[in-house]
Amino acid sequence: MSAGESAHTPRRPGEISFATRRTLFLVSALVLAGVMVWALGGVPSFGDYHGVYGLVLNHVAVPERHATNVITAVNFDYRGFDTLGEEFILFAAVLGLALILREGRDEEEGPPDDDASGRRVVGASNAVRLITVLLIGPTVVLAGYVIVHGPITPGGGFQGGVIAATALLFVYLGGEYLTLRRVRPLPAVEITKAAGAGAFVLIGAGGLIFGTAFLANFLPLGTAGDVFSAGTMQPLSVAVGLEVTGGFVLILSEFLDQTLVVRRRGGAR
Amino acid sequence: MSFAPYAVAIWIFLVGLYGVVTSRHLMHLVICLSVVQSSTYLLLLGIGYRTDGAASIFVDIPPNTKAVDPVVKALTLTDVVVGAAVTALLLALTVQAKKRFGTLDPDELDPLRD
Repeated sequence: MSAGESAHTPRRPGEISFATRRTLFLVSALVLAGVMVWALGGVPSFGDYHGVYGLVLNHVAVPERHATNVITAVNFDYRGFDTLGEEFILFAAVLGLALILREGRDEEEGPPDDDASGRRVVGASNAVRLITVLLIGPTVVLAGYVIVHGPITPGGGFQGGVIAATALLFVYLGGEYLTLRRVRPLPAVEITKAAGAGAFVLIGAGGLIFGTAFLANFLPLGTAGDVFSAGTMQPLSVAVGLEVTGGFVLILSEFLDQTLVVRRRGGAR
Repeated sequence: MSFAPYAVAIWIFLVGLYGVVTSRHLMHLVICLSVVQSSTYLLLLGIGYRTDGAASIFVDIPPNTKAVDPVVKALTLTDVVVGAAVTALLLALTVQAKKRFGTLDPDELDPLRD
């Protein structure tokens, strides 16, 4: 992009040109890069990390919590309180998104694009339909597997929730928007999301009642490596999985609604 | 002594920042911000790495095997989730900006108009 391109709008008073802005950035970026490279001197050499906390967790997570996936043990047990915050960041972001994309005063919901009367719906090709229909089931199963096995193998509620939400995209890809609406009752999705967020807090409160502190692991730990092991980690993982699934389905739905349904009064989008 | 992963993280950070500063399209700007953020994943995972360390998942390895740091990995997970949330919010704002101003060029968004 050339520097003279900003000529197409009259420059407002006090506005700097594109070229000046870039030069300003390059100079400050050079200084920033210098400081960062200087900071490298204080960073442990790559592969030579000796953070005690993580190393201790690596050694105690299996005997103490019967969780073979130490990362899940950090997320849902040792630092479960931080995950509560993380979960509510996601919750608030999705609420904010729904608020920003709500129907404006000058907007209305029209019939979805692929439902225009007098026009034959050009859906996906049969090949795409077949593949997506075949993929929906396995995707949901995989999501459940990843969520439930969080404390044992790589995975957990966050990862599995996102996988589950992609099943919705397959429905959209293979079918039409109308099919999508039928499989995506929004109130139910919102309830799932809220129930997931609430369940996390309730399980945490269970630690207060049956254990010693908020989010204390109060359930029987089972045998390490078994599906039902590691106490409260698995229910927490499922709670997060529900919340993430609901959240991402809502995000995807809001954006699809924006492209396909919501338009300015008078027809223009 | 090796600093290559950190150097790459710094490089990704600065390249993304350059994209943000010189962006002429809000969608491009949001993606550049994701690039900036992805440098933090590399930095976190790079710091927690221990030479020849296994992943900190002890399913088929004995519990006392040398493994990389699990805390920074959990932090990276948080980072990814927050990144996704921020990107979704920014894209929603982009949609609204397009509706209000009819343009996606950040230079032409005039707060005094309309």
